[in-house]
Amino acid sequence: MEALSDLLNGFATALTPTNLAWAALGVILGTAVGVLPGIGPAMTVALLLPVTYGLEPTAAFIMFAGIFYGGMFGGSTTSILLNTPGESSSVITAIEGNLMARRGRASQALATAAIGSFVAGLIGTMLLVLLAPTIVDLAVGIGAADYFAIMMLAFIAVTAVLGSSRIRGFASLAIGLTLGLIGIDLATGQQRLTFGVPQLADGIDVVVVAVGIFAIGEALWVAAHLRHRPPDIIPTGRAFMSREDFSRSWRPWLRGTALGFPFGALPAGGAEIPTFLSYVTEKRLSKHKGEFGHGAIEGVAGPEASNNASAAGTLVPMLTLGLPTNATAAVMLAAFTGYGIQPGPLLFEREGDLVWALIASLFIGNTLLLILNLPLAPLWARLLRTPRPYLYAGILFFASVGAYAVNASTIDLVILLVIGLLGFAMRRYGLPVVPAIIAVILGPRAEQQLRRALQLSNGEISGLWSTPLAKFIYLIIAVVLLWPLISRFLLRGRHPLAEAAAEAGVPLEGPEGDEQRAPEQPAVDGEPRSRVPEAEPPPTDDDTETGGRP
Amino acid sequence: MSSLSERLRGRSELGICVLLAALGVLVLVDASRIPTDFTQRGPVGPAAVPVVVGVALLVIAVLLARDVLRGGHGEAEMGEDVDLSNPSDWRTVLLLIAAFLVNVVLIDRVGFPISGALLFWGSAYALGSRHYLRDPLIALALSVITYLIFARGLGIGLPAGPLEGVL
Repeated sequence: MEALSDLLNGFATALTPTNLAWAALGVILGTAVGVLPGIGPAMTVALLLPVTYGLEPTAAFIMFAGIFYGGMFGGSTTSILLNTPGESSSVITAIEGNLMARRGRASQALATAAIGSFVAGLIGTMLLVLLAPTIVDLAVGIGAADYFAIMMLAFIAVTAVLGSSRIRGFASLAIGLTLGLIGIDLATGQQRLTFGVPQLADGIDVVVVAVGIFAIGEALWVAAHLRHRPPDIIPTGRAFMSREDFSRSWRPWLRGTALGFPFGALPAGGAEIPTFLSYVTEKRLSKHKGEFGHGAIEGVAGPEASNNASAAGTLVPMLTLGLPTNATAAVMLAAFTGYGIQPGPLLFEREGDLVWALIASLFIGNTLLLILNLPLAPLWARLLRTPRPYLYAGILFFASVGAYAVNASTIDLVILLVIGLLGFAMRRYGLPVVPAIIAVILGPRAEQQLRRALQLSNGEISGLWSTPLAKFIYLIIAVVLLWPLISRFLLRGRHPLAEAAAEAGVPLEGPEGDEQRAPEQPAVDGEPRSRVPEAEPPPTDDDTETGGRP
Repeated sequence: MSSLSERLRGRSELGICVLLAALGVLVLVDASRIPTDFTQRGPVGPAAVPVVVGVALLVIAVLLARDVLRGGHGEAEMGEDVDLSNPSDWRTVLLLIAAFLVNVVLIDRVGFPISGALLFWGSAYALGSRHYLRDPLIALALSVITYLIFARGLGIGLPAGPLEGVL
């Protein structure tokens, strides 16, 4: 196995004392920042990106691997101890894990989340090692038209599958595409949307976009609605679990991993769906069905493993195709580009040492995370008590540092604020932010592939679907887009989404969902924005699952 | 049937539609002034994708407006520290923006250690912290330590301003 020897070389690079120290620092920083309320993994990575600017690429990416897993773990700690999810993929953890914590089993909930994340991360990274070389071999043979089709699928999947309103997803996507247009068109040297501002000619730095939408947007949004009573944090001791907990957890870990990884690896809309699927599966299979809804350990173990496996899975298309399928991967892709490194099939050839060192660091980071975080759980829990004014002032502070550090330019700070206000408006009106981030990063690449494909076909538009792979992908896109119609046909209107779509007459829009409150009453009851776990899972999984495997 | 003014009331979400439509027009106008005939390589010129994006923005603006007028609305985002039962606190938001802009204006003039401290202190004040001794001390310590870590430790350029040589 060539991959294995490459991996061993990667370990040789990553295991030097200095690099090990960078990995440990990354894990600690990632967890510390990720645990802070309001900061999800993508924002953690974006905020900590500037820290790696001064390092040489290998050290930077080794640190990055630590930040990546640390940020993921930090998020689940917050969910368990604080009840409200920082992001949609930890909704289940927030519900079931918090119920466990309330019953005095916070330590066990944290332990099953930590060990489950470790198991999932370990298996997920091993699958990455096994799959990546194969995918690279296949990917070298696919052309511009196929790439373009895959990117379209990524756009549609992240927009149409996630969130409750498709039209708002597409609005977010279009905003992201617009931001991606800004700058000089590389093929012709023409300026687009620069309005004569020289600093815009190079385009808006993706770090500025990500930090603006995530950090500034979030800080302003929270500031406008800051909860003034102290948060209800459950105290915890060292994370540990008994033999019985262990025997109830290990099967959910493995099943969760099996569900999560494919969803991450394919452009199928991120970790939200597999965590729900995992919860439903565990509930069905459990001997303790009565405990579900009151803090069942299986309901934490499965979804948490699923969440982490999905995160590991997203690295497969990110590294082999340069295709980000969630916000965190999109920010990481931006980080690569910042170092002049283009992820894609050629990456493994050109920067083999770096990639394998990165992959080795994922194993190391994952292990460090487990070793550090089981005993450190009480310390992380204390971070949750950070006074909110300091927390959000700190976010604005570090976001400014990061955006300024990119080019040492105050224009970037102004752009940061404008994009932050955009992020604020998107949160206010329920526009999902992930499609925008993906579109900013993937939009220009998609345009490049489109032009290349049409150049090859001499401008013949049918050149875009001339290959079987491209045809197949467009078929999947059509199914995803028309799903509301199809499901209405199949389920005879039982599906609430289908009913709403039927009323609206158009599959792409319509006041989907059950609540049609008037916007002048922003008063929402205390419920976290979550789908009911028992709800039918969005049913695109079968199509997308087969779809990404050319 | 309700009258138009009744249907418009409280639908501030239509502002998003206006924003999208304005963006669409902006993108299309900008695309129209790109000379497409020469410099072009290959069948797709520099204006083609902007035209597609601009049209998409306009279409989405119309569809979203239709959705809003039919009673649909986006769910405001929840979060750990978000309490949607109160109306938006615009004063805090504006103060935060002011603190942010103070840093933008001052960073190249007085250096990061000072402007960053003002940013942090101002933001903490805006968010309701009223420890008149502790807040500025934390702000200054954070700012100076960050400066030292970034500029000295990581080699990332943050302006020192008049404190150059002191720090």
